[in-house]
Amino acid sequence: MKVVFIGATRGIGRALARQLAGEGDGLFLLGRDLVDLERSARDLEVHGGRTTGSVGIAACDLGAPEGFAGALDAADQGLQGGFDTVVITAGQFATQDQLEADAGLTRALLDVSFTGTVLFCEEARKRLLARGGGTLCVFSSVAGERGRKPVILYGAAKAGLSHYLEGLDHKFHAQGLRVLTVKPGFVKTSMTAGLTPPPFAGEPEAVATMVMRGLARGTPVIYAPRVWGLVMLVIRWLPRLIMRRIGF
Amino acid sequence: MPLSRGLGRSYGDSSLPAPGDLTVAGSVRADRVLAFDPATAVLRGEAGLSLHQLIRLLLHRGFFTPVTPGTQFVTLGGMVAADVHGKNHHRDGSFGQHVLGLKLRVADGRIVECSPHQERDLFRATIGGMGLTGHILEVTVQLKRIPSPWIRCESVRLPDIDAYVAALKEAAPLWPMTVGFVDCTARGKHLGRGVLYKGRWAEPHEAPSHQPLPLRPRTVPFDLPSGLLNPLTIRAFNALGYHKHMARVRTRILHPEAYFYPLDKLLCWNRLWGSRGMTQYQCVLPDEAGPGAARRFLELLVSRHAASPVCVVKDCGPEGIGLLSFPRPGITIAVDFPVRDHTQGLIDALNEHVIKEGGRIYLAKDAFTRADHFRAMEPRLAEWETIRRRWDPEGKLRSRQSVRVLGDRAARAGVVVTSTRSRRK
Repeated sequence: MKVVFIGATRGIGRALARQLAGEGDGLFLLGRDLVDLERSARDLEVHGGRTTGSVGIAACDLGAPEGFAGALDAADQGLQGGFDTVVITAGQFATQDQLEADAGLTRALLDVSFTGTVLFCEEARKRLLARGGGTLCVFSSVAGERGRKPVILYGAAKAGLSHYLEGLDHKFHAQGLRVLTVKPGFVKTSMTAGLTPPPFAGEPEAVATMVMRGLARGTPVIYAPRVWGLVMLVIRWLPRLIMRRIGF
Repeated sequence: MPLSRGLGRSYGDSSLPAPGDLTVAGSVRADRVLAFDPATAVLRGEAGLSLHQLIRLLLHRGFFTPVTPGTQFVTLGGMVAADVHGKNHHRDGSFGQHVLGLKLRVADGRIVECSPHQERDLFRATIGGMGLTGHILEVTVQLKRIPSPWIRCESVRLPDIDAYVAALKEAAPLWPMTVGFVDCTARGKHLGRGVLYKGRWAEPHEAPSHQPLPLRPRTVPFDLPSGLLNPLTIRAFNALGYHKHMARVRTRILHPEAYFYPLDKLLCWNRLWGSRGMTQYQCVLPDEAGPGAARRFLELLVSRHAASPVCVVKDCGPEGIGLLSFPRPGITIAVDFPVRDHTQGLIDALNEHVIKEGGRIYLAKDAFTRADHFRAMEPRLAEWETIRRRWDPEGKLRSRQSVRVLGDRAARAGVVVTSTRSRRK
């Protein structure tokens, strides 16, 4: 695979990019911080046993859609023959309390985690379809499964994203576009640093392993760790009366 | 500024926050390799990079850490902070001697690079400085090229401690790696009988042609009863360890993980000790203490009925560059004890003995040593403290151990740390 990766510097993205590098897949990293991208690129080269400079990087901010086309052009140049897979693990996170107190933060989060991500997927989708298909693997969240008190705004952005990805899968599957929606539960990464891990909190490496399997099989929706699929099944069917009372 | 903490494998309170401090800064998510040049074998990595990961990445390409402690679940930062030593100390010294440079965040928030040539004092205070001079952010280390990923090991059974120490000293110039276990529960003429393992990296023609697969560890699922490891079972365990090895010399090719990290095969092994836990005690008895130092130490253990299931005895080479670094020329002994009400008294007695012999203890293993004992063992402490004060005048960086052993001020007034465990009574 030749993978454009946005979000490979940290957390699950880092773990997943390492596994891809270990499998010998070509990688091109996008992100906001070029210095940090550079550090991750060197790390991935050692993980993949490759020469220095073989993992390319370019600046790209999910909050700034005008840069998407240029970034994907750079990725096409960096990966000989162009990319066939796009992975997006990047996103913005803030707790419900922080978001309720700060409308500017809420707007930024919606811009990055919904608007920007969807527009990036649109740009990538057009290019993938033009070359006969490919894989679009995007990290949504179990927070988007149902309106819940602790993740109302973050969850709304992720719900919209999941919805969009599902539609994309329905419409373009026949044309060779494989869409993977990854819905992680609580995973111990820098994103969730400072929060108290609930039961079933996952490790980024384990989630990355599940996503690798999903990429190989073309699984359309991946809950990771798997138990969150069951948890969410219950949550989806809980009556409103109960959801109003519990804090989950 | 919180204390930094890696994988938390130090035996005592080195990586625990001082009383009143509530947080530590975990480093394990900072685990990237920033540069590796196969031509020079020089690696630069973030401080949270674990040895386990490093081995997984580079062993099959013919590289290994120049010095390894007894577990691979340790970070680069932790290896620097404790200035770890290994089976090859008599030949290659401790980890700090192979560190080419460090990047630190010091107490005032500045990022400082130091090495043996640049900010040398800070470098010397940081190697073995238990993370008290700043947050270690990046480590540049000279790795070692190995002829094959397998170990050729020769082991021999020895009837008592004097024969054991003689064999250890005899093996030092011939074998790059030596380590062994003695039975510290056997009395009389069997005192300190043991098995000595001498090893080196196998040459390609001796080694299996395939790569060693990572070993699959088992996990101790829950705390076993605290009394399970008692003097009786410990005696039996020691006798078994001795008699399992035949009287003749045994030569074999070993998996590197089986050779370097026998304890890593059992995850959460600390649960074997039950909820009261264990403490390790490691000291070095210097050459100046004269012959018989190891015997005198074991006699003291026997007289105090201090039974340890594992008693590791190894020789140390010259002192390294680190100001608080543990090893010095002599014999080092490490023992494990269950934590009981009398443990503080036992450690005090051992420390008094070690002071008399002119030796010192290893901070990474310590949970009970008193400040006055440590000061008596460490003539280098004053210089280290001067350098530390220069970089951290307000004493922002401290640990539970530094409050106990170095006399740092605790955040909560009126707290006196005697030991980590005695608090629970």
